[in-house]
Amino acid sequence: MPHIWCPGCGNGIVTAALVRAIERADYDQRDVVIVSGIGCSSRAAGYLNFNTLHTTHGRALAFATGLKMARPELKLFVIMGDGDCSAIGGNHFIHSARRNIDLNAIVVNNHIYGMTGGQHSPLTPIGKKATTAPRGTLEREFNLLELARGAGATFGARGNAAQPRQLEQLITRGANHKGFSIVEALSPCPIAYGRRNKLGGPVDMMKELKKNSISTERAAGKEESELKGKKITGVIFNYDEPEYAAEYYHSIGKDIPVKSSG
Amino acid sequence: MPETKPVLMQGNEACAEGAISAGVRFYAGYPITPSTEVAERMAVRLPDIGGVFIQMEDEIASMAAVIGASIGGMRTLTATSGPGFSLKQENIGYAIMAEIPCVIVNVQRMGPSTGVPTAPSQGDVMQARWGTHGDHPVIVFSPASVYETYYLTVAAVNLSQKLRQPIILLLDEVIGHMREKVTIPKGSKLMVEKASDKVPADWKPYDDKGLTPLVPFGFGHYYHVTGLFHDQYGFPTGDPQQVERSLDRIHEKLEKYRDEVALTNYIGHKEPRVVIVTYGCTVRSARAVVKKAYWNNRQPVGLLSLQTLWPFPDKEVQEIAKKADVVIVPEMNMGQIIGEVERHVKGEAEVIPLNRYDGEMISPEQISDIMGRWLS
Repeated sequence: MPHIWCPGCGNGIVTAALVRAIERADYDQRDVVIVSGIGCSSRAAGYLNFNTLHTTHGRALAFATGLKMARPELKLFVIMGDGDCSAIGGNHFIHSARRNIDLNAIVVNNHIYGMTGGQHSPLTPIGKKATTAPRGTLEREFNLLELARGAGATFGARGNAAQPRQLEQLITRGANHKGFSIVEALSPCPIAYGRRNKLGGPVDMMKELKKNSISTERAAGKEESELKGKKITGVIFNYDEPEYAAEYYHSIGKDIPVKSSG
Repeated sequence: MPETKPVLMQGNEACAEGAISAGVRFYAGYPITPSTEVAERMAVRLPDIGGVFIQMEDEIASMAAVIGASIGGMRTLTATSGPGFSLKQENIGYAIMAEIPCVIVNVQRMGPSTGVPTAPSQGDVMQARWGTHGDHPVIVFSPASVYETYYLTVAAVNLSQKLRQPIILLLDEVIGHMREKVTIPKGSKLMVEKASDKVPADWKPYDDKGLTPLVPFGFGHYYHVTGLFHDQYGFPTGDPQQVERSLDRIHEKLEKYRDEVALTNYIGHKEPRVVIVTYGCTVRSARAVVKKAYWNNRQPVGLLSLQTLWPFPDKEVQEIAKKADVVIVPEMNMGQIIGEVERHVKGEAEVIPLNRYDGEMISPEQISDIMGRWLS
């Protein structure tokens, strides 16, 4: 299948995990909508045989909010990159979390703006180089899941492209969760990020991703010092809170159909 | 609310009621003076009739949510004022490109920037035309009364659906906040066909042959919606031929339905020497002058009021300019629509500006002063 992604990119792996998760969740094809923003990973929408909505930069969650409120029976997956979600789309991200609207956000975090050629994002680790941070960025990075949790999201998980089976399970759990869910998928960008930061080729970056990950189970009980530099994978938080679209429809005395009509 | 009895209503409220009559069931917005009453009215009315009201985190999100809801099959509207209108522009361009129907209300206030939030102005005529980037078709209505606000909102919602084209309602603070008598008919009479999943077997979301209905998401017709140039199925393309054809196609639909879209109203002498061309609240001052000069004194004057600003009613302006010696263009800005008037009058008549940009209305006296000079 022709696509725009570079050799060694993790976007295809994340997209495949999403597709398998949709199958696992047993959703009807007609009920599923893929919404995306702008950037490399957001092009995934155009490769999937669903109703797909490729929006403007940073605004995917806002488009998705409108669609979900108009058609609450639809299952929405919102694919964003790290820059798309946390920089230009930061406001929509925190407010979607605050409303706890039933959207499934999948943030492909490759720590860089890939499509424009390697500029630093709010998720570029401090000190790492980018075309717009040739000496290494001085900016601190967001902890995206803690940001989401603080803003009111009720499900947060982290996986990576090196462990696609786990990622698939996490996306499925996010999909089954009633409320705003976010799955952060760490993903390699060997071309625009790895090369400039001398992180090796695609295989090296994949190995590194796996090596630096530790599951929530194995991280439990470990000292903070032992977890330094590690990325915890698995379900980070999971709360039960009222979901916005359901609350709204309940408040106006209208039932939400289980599946789309027609 | 009584449905066939005259009621006293504000322009902003009439806009909300017009939207509801035309089947709008989704509103997303962000508070901004002087348009907030549209949102407030919708917040009260929509939940009662099974609709969705949502106050979004910002103007950009409001525009995005409206487009999202339209793709879900709802009729949608959002309202704002100058600064918010600027913020919405990128997504307005998206809706034009992706051919998603929606109505955007801009109750103009005195700008630039924060300006005078409570003072009237007609300064967004060009922003409404060229606010978003790239070549694009736009439809902009500008009502001159509360009654017209109601009917033009209904027209905007229906035309937007028919043409799959976002429509901008350019109110001004005077029209938005003024209270007048309106007679509201039974809403159902104004409705057009509902969105449906019943489409021909060969349906394409962006059919090259011309207008094709939007089939909402979730009905088993799988297609892609994007702001990128796209083929007939919605998938991105960079092919020069398809890009050019695509841009031509979105412009052609406005050309084809031009006469349904370009709305004007003429009052006055059949063979006028002096004609006033204006829009929005300025029509009111001009009408007072023309009524007195023509109806009372039989002077050779007329008023062409433009309900539609874009696409510019070129034929109507040309026709009247051929008869007249002078065309006066009063506007509450430093001169925006006048450039378009001059472009189409093509020297057939003298085009005289009358501009006011101090946050006050153009008075009938100002108009009659200028008119008088050309009549004597």
